[in-house]
Amino acid sequence: MTEEILNILFMYIKAFVVGGSICVIAQIIINFTDLTSGKILVFFMLAGVVLTAIGVYQPLVEFAGAGATVPISGFGYLLANGAIKGAEKGFFYAVTGPLTAASAGVSAAVVFSFIMSLIFHSKTKRS
Amino acid sequence: MRKGNTIFFDKNPCIASYAAVCGSKEKEGIIGGYADVTLKDDMYGESTYEKAERKMLSSAVQMAVAKGNFTEGDIDLMASGDLLNQIISASFSARQFRFPFLGVYSACSTMSESMLVAAMAVDSGYSTAAVAATGSHFASAERQYRYPLELGCTRPPQSQWTVTGAGACVISKKGNIKIKNATIGKVCDWGVTDVNNMGAAMAPAACSTLIQHFKDTDTSSEDYDIIITGDLGALGSRILKDLMWEKGYDISENHVDCGEIIYKVIEDEFQGGSGAGCSAVVMNSYIFTKMSAGLYKNVLFAATGALLSTVSSGQGESIPCISHAVELEGI
Amino acid sequence: MSEKKIVYSNKNYLNYVKKLDPPTKHFKNCLAAFGVGGLICSVGQFFRYMLEYAGLSGDELAGAVSVLLIFCGCLLTGLGVYDRIGRYAGAGSIVPITGFANSVTSPAIEFRTEGYVFGTAAKMFIVAGPIIVFGVFSGVIVGIIYCLI
Repeated sequence: MTEEILNILFMYIKAFVVGGSICVIAQIIINFTDLTSGKILVFFMLAGVVLTAIGVYQPLVEFAGAGATVPISGFGYLLANGAIKGAEKGFFYAVTGPLTAASAGVSAAVVFSFIMSLIFHSKTKRS
Repeated sequence: MRKGNTIFFDKNPCIASYAAVCGSKEKEGIIGGYADVTLKDDMYGESTYEKAERKMLSSAVQMAVAKGNFTEGDIDLMASGDLLNQIISASFSARQFRFPFLGVYSACSTMSESMLVAAMAVDSGYSTAAVAATGSHFASAERQYRYPLELGCTRPPQSQWTVTGAGACVISKKGNIKIKNATIGKVCDWGVTDVNNMGAAMAPAACSTLIQHFKDTDTSSEDYDIIITGDLGALGSRILKDLMWEKGYDISENHVDCGEIIYKVIEDEFQGGSGAGCSAVVMNSYIFTKMSAGLYKNVLFAATGALLSTVSSGQGESIPCISHAVELEGI
Repeated sequence: MSEKKIVYSNKNYLNYVKKLDPPTKHFKNCLAAFGVGGLICSVGQFFRYMLEYAGLSGDELAGAVSVLLIFCGCLLTGLGVYDRIGRYAGAGSIVPITGFANSVTSPAIEFRTEGYVFGTAAKMFIVAGPIIVFGVFSGVIVGIIYCLI
């Protein structure tokens, strides 16, 4: 029982450290290059796709769980993983695979954003 | 009379009345105490930020006209502009008045340009009372030039904060602040491409206009009680002082930047205020009040503007800048 | 006047401006990014355990976790909290999936004043659009490559 709790705790720590480290890498890139947030997101998503394609990201996901899937590189992992799984079934599924895998995230973003825009107004900032 | 790029006004156009409106963040600075109206929230009772900006500009104009005991029929020219695309705030607020309207645009130096145009009209006798006005709003500018307000992006330390506010003044033959002359600036581009570092982009333009003005009027920096630049911010002012010093003018004693003084403390790492409203609010509240009281006599006002658009910066072009100077004398 | 040949650039001045740039606080920024980024990932891990407990598994579990996080990101954006976190945390709040949600929701709310069709709907992906475009494009390329090998 205690071992199980320790395991869960350890998983949280791993998720925290790996996820935090990915953010630190992004922060260092921002500090030195003035890239805007949109470009950073694209860059990390592409990195996720490439790392998954060469087989490096899958072990990281197994190791760190949410620490590797929650950052936007995890979105790239999802896309590439969908493509790889689809490729086993044939050419057509290789093309539809990426978006199918990512459909949950994209649909959620669109639906929730639209709902939020119905409820909330934009607020001005003071600082 | 004209010498070099400077127009000398012989018939003494004067600032007859002035008014300023400023937002809630600006209220906390020293300038806020001198503004006629301060907003409780940045919406000003309107449904969009663009409408709020328009209403600020309209109320500034209305108050300036009323304070000088002018009626709507007395005003025969309104020169105004703002930062939004196709200067909608200025033209939409002109819709509500029945003044003949000239739209002017030179980004953040619109205040000095509109004063220059109005003074020229009054001096030449084509106009008896002319309004010069401009304004800007943080939220509408942010949305047009940068990102949506809610986007969680970081501000680089060089960036400035667009002022929420508007200012207007009526220029006619009578008044206690005389407009002596005005220098029309040239567009300067020294290749700065960083849209967050406006101060550095605009400093060369301010430098070139100030030097041109000193040469044309045979004056030097010591002849002015105060030299006011528009919205260079802390970093830009430092660059301007260095540039002027290199050319043999020492302005470190009497130079003040509107962007630098408008906020109470320059928060943490930012460089101060910017935007067309910045110089408009500072001039039409603090400076003119102090000039009327006789604290400052000779004042040189050179607002600076960065003439970029989101399209030009998206295509990687550098930022051309301009600065127009207006020399004022308290009577 | 041959305007083409004029280069609008003053090297000396640009170097001088570069020297005056206020220093970036590297350590403080990175620490904030690490803390906030790590925290969001831990929350993700928490959702994962909770949903696993509720009986989800595999792709369904991964999808549900990201949907929940995206909902949190959208809600915090709507409440006007996310941009405050972002100002403090920098990349720590940009890189997690909640940052993606933020970049979709913020223009949606912001441009509502221009109508639901050409405001909210059309401008929704002005920041996040490139992620979808490059993501789908690179994903399809990976699929094709795996198909050929």
